[in-house]
Amino acid sequence: MSAGGIRPARTFQKAAKVTLANAQMRRNLRHATTTIREKRLRAVAELPDWEALRGEGADLKDFAMANLGDLLLDLEAAVTSRGGQVHWARDAEEAREIVARIATSHGAREVIKVKSISTDEIELNAALERHGVHAVETDLAELIVQLAEDRPSHILVPAIHRNRAEIRDLFRRRLGAELLTDDPKALAEAARVYLRGKFLTTKVAVSGANFAVAESGTVCVVESEGNGRMCVTMPDVLVTVMGIEKVLPTWQDVAVFLRLLPRSSTAERMNPYTSFWSGVREGDGPREFHLVLLDGGRTEVLADEVGRQTLRCIRCSACLNVCPVYERAGGHAYGSVYPGPIGAILTPQLLHLEDANANTLPWASSLCGACYDACPVRIDIPEVLLYLRGRINEEKPLNAEAVAFRSAAWVMSEPHRFEGAIKLARTGQGPLVRDGAIHALPGLLGGWTDSRDLPAFPRQSFREWWRTRPAPTERPDDGNAGLGEGELLAPEREDTR
Amino acid sequence: MSTESEARLEILTRIARAGARADPSFRRAPVTPGARAREVVVEQFAEFAAEYRASVTRVDAADVARAVAELLARRGSVRVVVPSDLPDDLLGALPALRDEGLDTAALDRMQAVVTTCAVAVAETGTVVLDHGPGQGRRALTLVPDHHVCVIRESQVVDGVPEAVASLRGSVLAGRPLTWISGPSATSDIELSRVEGVHGPRVLDLVLVRDV
Repeated sequence: MSAGGIRPARTFQKAAKVTLANAQMRRNLRHATTTIREKRLRAVAELPDWEALRGEGADLKDFAMANLGDLLLDLEAAVTSRGGQVHWARDAEEAREIVARIATSHGAREVIKVKSISTDEIELNAALERHGVHAVETDLAELIVQLAEDRPSHILVPAIHRNRAEIRDLFRRRLGAELLTDDPKALAEAARVYLRGKFLTTKVAVSGANFAVAESGTVCVVESEGNGRMCVTMPDVLVTVMGIEKVLPTWQDVAVFLRLLPRSSTAERMNPYTSFWSGVREGDGPREFHLVLLDGGRTEVLADEVGRQTLRCIRCSACLNVCPVYERAGGHAYGSVYPGPIGAILTPQLLHLEDANANTLPWASSLCGACYDACPVRIDIPEVLLYLRGRINEEKPLNAEAVAFRSAAWVMSEPHRFEGAIKLARTGQGPLVRDGAIHALPGLLGGWTDSRDLPAFPRQSFREWWRTRPAPTERPDDGNAGLGEGELLAPEREDTR
Repeated sequence: MSTESEARLEILTRIARAGARADPSFRRAPVTPGARAREVVVEQFAEFAAEYRASVTRVDAADVARAVAELLARRGSVRVVVPSDLPDDLLGALPALRDEGLDTAALDRMQAVVTTCAVAVAETGTVVLDHGPGQGRRALTLVPDHHVCVIRESQVVDGVPEAVASLRGSVLAGRPLTWISGPSATSDIELSRVEGVHGPRVLDLVLVRDV
């Protein structure tokens, strides 16, 4: 059972303490993210004007979000006119109930699933289980997570935290596979054998959607293994759960994202398989198609002028792969199916900034900006992180930290107060300093030194040094006269003394 | 009002109240056909498709049937299925079952499938099926383990935007599309690419000179 959901069970800081202790996981992650980072740069450099393409992607998504209501109505009309059925779900619970109702109305005991984060977001598998329907994950990584009763830790590669040897042991144990080696080829073959019969005989499938085109009612699944093609083609009934922000206005808009997504996610020119379908088609594929449109907090994100850009996200995971915090803490530290930098802004917003644990996620960042540079739709993640930190703090009552910052502002606004404070600190630090650094501050200040050292205050401050240094004498004309202000920037030279 | 129509109304109302406004200067970039010589474009398609472990065989129109037969023989594919409307000249005398709605179990016994395609993309080494004439329903090119796809050189376009533009008619006509770039693959184990999971494990492309 792959547990999912977006509600972290604890704060990021607490969860990260646990994950950081897992050296195996950190090795696996470092290996995977380092590999993909270099490949992505090559894939991106191959297109003539990646920056212009990023701009197009961002603009198109913004345009779609500005016209979201009309586009969803167009999408609904187009899907319906082609024989599909459209459902609307305000929240996770409504979406789960819709899918469960469809599955049970066909008497399904088992459904096959193609990897979909939106269904992980709404914790669909557990809900189906309660209705007596077992969901079989068919994406290799999702299957690994499901069999291990684990949680996904990456958007694209949910089992990125597991290495080949761990997966071999899992398949031996849970699939009864006779695996002699941990060669990924053999592991993929074991999954193929296990799932083949299910693809060909299961009546109901559940998928997510990467994009949906409003003008034609066309839904798109981008994948690699062929499990997506199997799920959207072979069963009688297909249910697709899609966040409302996935809609694109016109068919041609798909081109921009088919160039941005594969290069950003798997660092390939194109992913092996992409399926498009519009409603149902006589004699080809499912006879019944349901499209579930999920809000789940998205309209609230849309209403926020700064946070809105989060909805541009196409779930490529490039920001995870470049993030120094993600690489070390791992996906599980974020406690949500949306980990990494994008998760740090998406998860708390989808929970209306009301979940205390999720509200620690905007601090899971060094604000280095690598995520913004990598984002194919130019989401300014650092901007949103800072903005969310501000909003979350605004809602907190006055606390010791706020009082401390106010005092600091008072001290720093006048030079004589500041200098006085420095002198005081220099005297007071005495017993705390070891080897030129302070390793543990007392009381509330201890929070700062929990995870880092504070350099000791030096014996002399810059201002003190400046006052005691000998005044420079007049310089002889060295031919640079007339440079004006720039001269002040010239380095001090000994020979002018 | 049912829960679902209530939900629909509420979601649409929330969206309207969110007040996201479009940038009035928004314009889509025009689709410009690539300026490169046809031979260069075709050459790149062949190279990129091969990088994704598809085999590429380039032939004159007269030699298509022979190339198809050789590719099937090379993989030991004997039980071959084809779309009911596949042009005869692609098969020659080769015995193949024409799909008139085979059931899944029968399809699963087939070793190979031979089809044409709608368009091919040099930028990515991709072949696109719109499941029109000569391409069959989606299951046909999914269940058998070996897919032989015949592409005319004139079907190869330079970039993804051109390919998307050329497929507009098919999409508006309600046809599904399958974009194929090499055989099925996964990068799920340590992000290292492994070919051959659930889709056909062998993809052979026959590129026919017609211009």
